[in-house]
Amino acid sequence: MYIIGELINGMYRNVREALACRDASVIKALARKQVDAGADALDINCGPLSKDPAQDMRWLVEAIQSEVAVPLCLDSTKQTVIVEGLKACRGKAIINSTTADPDKLDAYLALALQYHASLIALTVDKKGVPQDKERRLELAAFILERAAGAGLPAAEIYLDPVLMPINVAQNQLEDILRVIGDFKLLTTPPAKSVVGLSNISQGSKNRSIINRTFLVMAQALGLEAAILDPLDQELMRSLITGALVLNKTIYCDSYIEAYLKSKS
Amino acid sequence: MAEELKLVTTWSQSVHEMQLGATRQEGGSRKAALTVGGEGALPFLFKEGALPHKPLIAAEIFDVPQDDEPEALRRDLKGISGDPVSWAKAMIADAGADLVSLKLAGIHPDGANTSAGQAVSLVKKILAAVDRPLIVLGCGEAARDNEVLPLVSEATKGERLLFGDAVQENYKTLTAACIADGHNIIAESPIDVNIAKQLNILISDLGMPANRIIINPTIGALGYGLEYAYSIMERARNAALSGDKMLAMPFICFVGQESWRAKEARVPASESPAWGDAAERGIMWEVVTAMSCLQAGADILTMRHPRAIKIIKSEIQELMKRP
Repeated sequence: MYIIGELINGMYRNVREALACRDASVIKALARKQVDAGADALDINCGPLSKDPAQDMRWLVEAIQSEVAVPLCLDSTKQTVIVEGLKACRGKAIINSTTADPDKLDAYLALALQYHASLIALTVDKKGVPQDKERRLELAAFILERAAGAGLPAAEIYLDPVLMPINVAQNQLEDILRVIGDFKLLTTPPAKSVVGLSNISQGSKNRSIINRTFLVMAQALGLEAAILDPLDQELMRSLITGALVLNKTIYCDSYIEAYLKSKS
Repeated sequence: MAEELKLVTTWSQSVHEMQLGATRQEGGSRKAALTVGGEGALPFLFKEGALPHKPLIAAEIFDVPQDDEPEALRRDLKGISGDPVSWAKAMIADAGADLVSLKLAGIHPDGANTSAGQAVSLVKKILAAVDRPLIVLGCGEAARDNEVLPLVSEATKGERLLFGDAVQENYKTLTAACIADGHNIIAESPIDVNIAKQLNILISDLGMPANRIIINPTIGALGYGLEYAYSIMERARNAALSGDKMLAMPFICFVGQESWRAKEARVPASESPAWGDAAERGIMWEVVTAMSCLQAGADILTMRHPRAIKIIKSEIQELMKRP
C-alpha cells in the first residue's frame, strides 16, 4: 500500500501555528516522523483558515523538502495553490485533486502532464457525490477516457471513490469497497485507487478502529494508496499484516520490523 | 531465437553488492577484491535490469583429509587434496576457481579435533599462498565454532573474508567477530524463506550492514530437494527486487558438498551398471546442480571437482554474454 501521510494539514493547530509564525522546525519534524513511520509520500494542505494559501503551500513544500525526499501530495481545492506547490516541488508531485467536471479535469490533466505529476481524481461532479457504485464507475470511466485523450497514462491516475463517513452514509460503504476492484477493469494497465481514510470516521467515536477495519477490507479489494495517519501504530500494523495475508510480503517473525526496515 | 520477450518487468530495488577481499590499499593483502550481488533483475534477464557481476565459483577444500571421499574425487584430486595449501593453489591456478572455500572440518571435537592455533595458522598460510578472497567455514558444532572462528576472524582482521555459517540458533558470536574485524557473514536457513528473512533481521539488528550478509538458502542436489531450494531462492529474489531489504542479499550455494553426497554421484558402475561411469556421473551431477542454482539466482557456487568447475566457469561466461 502506498501510504500518504496526512498530518501536515492546516486543520491541525500545530500546523496552523507553524504556518502563522513560519516555524519550519515543526513542519520538518512532522515530515520526518511520518516518513520514519512508513509514509511513502506526504499530503500538504494549508487548511481552510489560510489567508494566503498559495504562499503557504510554497513555504510548506520548501520546508518539507529540506528535510525529506518523498513525493508530495499537493492538496487544495484551488488551482492557483496547486500550481504554486508544483512550481516549488523538486521531486515527484501528486495533485490532490480534480473532480470529473470536464473543465476542471482538463485543466488538471494539463498540469499533471506539464509537471510530470500524478493526479488524484475524485469520482464526483457538479451533481454531487454518487449514491451508488454504477455512477462512481461511470465517472471513473469518463476520467480515464479524458486522461487517455490528453496523453496522461492511466498509471499516473489515482481514482478516489470518495469515502463517506460511516455515520452519514453507512449504506454506501460496501459499494465503495467493491468499486475499488471494479476500477481496475476499466483500463490496461489499470489506474490506481486511493482513499482519504479519515473521512470514514468523521464525527464518530472509536475512530481508530473504524479506520483500520475499513483499510484492511479495502486492501483486500486491491486499494493501492491511502491518505492516512502513519503515526497510528495499530493502523500501520494492521496494514502490514494485511499485506502478509495477501501474500504481498514474505512472513518472518519480525515482519513488522522488516517492513519498516525496508522503508528506511 | 523464438519471438523476443515483449513483457519486460521493472523492479524497484537491487540486491545488495557485497565486496569480498580487501586489497593492500584497503587494509588487506588480496591482489584484487571481488564483488557479487547488485542484480536489478532475475537471473540473466539483461533487458529487465542491471546484472553487474558474474556469479563466482569458490573451490571447496578441507583442512584435514575426508575419509568418505567419492572415488571420482579421490582419484582426480590425488596428490592435490592432501595438503590444503597446495590444494587451494591448484584450484585457483589449474581449475580456474575465483576463490577458495575452506571448511575447518578438523576442529570438530569428534573428528580430528585440531587446535584453534592450527586453524589460524592454516588460514594464514592459505592467504599467503593465494591472493584471492577466502571463505572460512566452521565445523558445524556450535560451541567449537564459537571458540575457533572468532580467533581466525581476529587473525585475518581487515582482509574482508566471508565467514560461515551463522544460523538462527547460533549467530551472535560469529556476527560480533565479523563486525569487529570487517568480514562478511553467511546466514544459513534450512530451505525456509521465512527463517532466511528473520535471520537477516537478527544479524543486522546486531549492527551488521546488510551488504555484508550473504544468504545460504541451503540447497539439495539434483533429486534431493533442488526444486525446493530453487523455489525458495526464486521467492526471496522476487521479494528482494520488489523492495524487501531484508531479503536483498546475494546467495551462496554449497553445490559440491550437496552433489557429491547424492547416491547418484557416488555409487560405482559395478554396483549399478545401467548408470554408467561413476566419475562422469558425479561430475555431471555437480554441473547440473550448479546450473540450476545459477538459474535460481546464485551469486557464489562452492564446488568440488576441477572438471565441473571448468564446465560451469565456461557456462557462466556464455550466460553473462549480453544479447
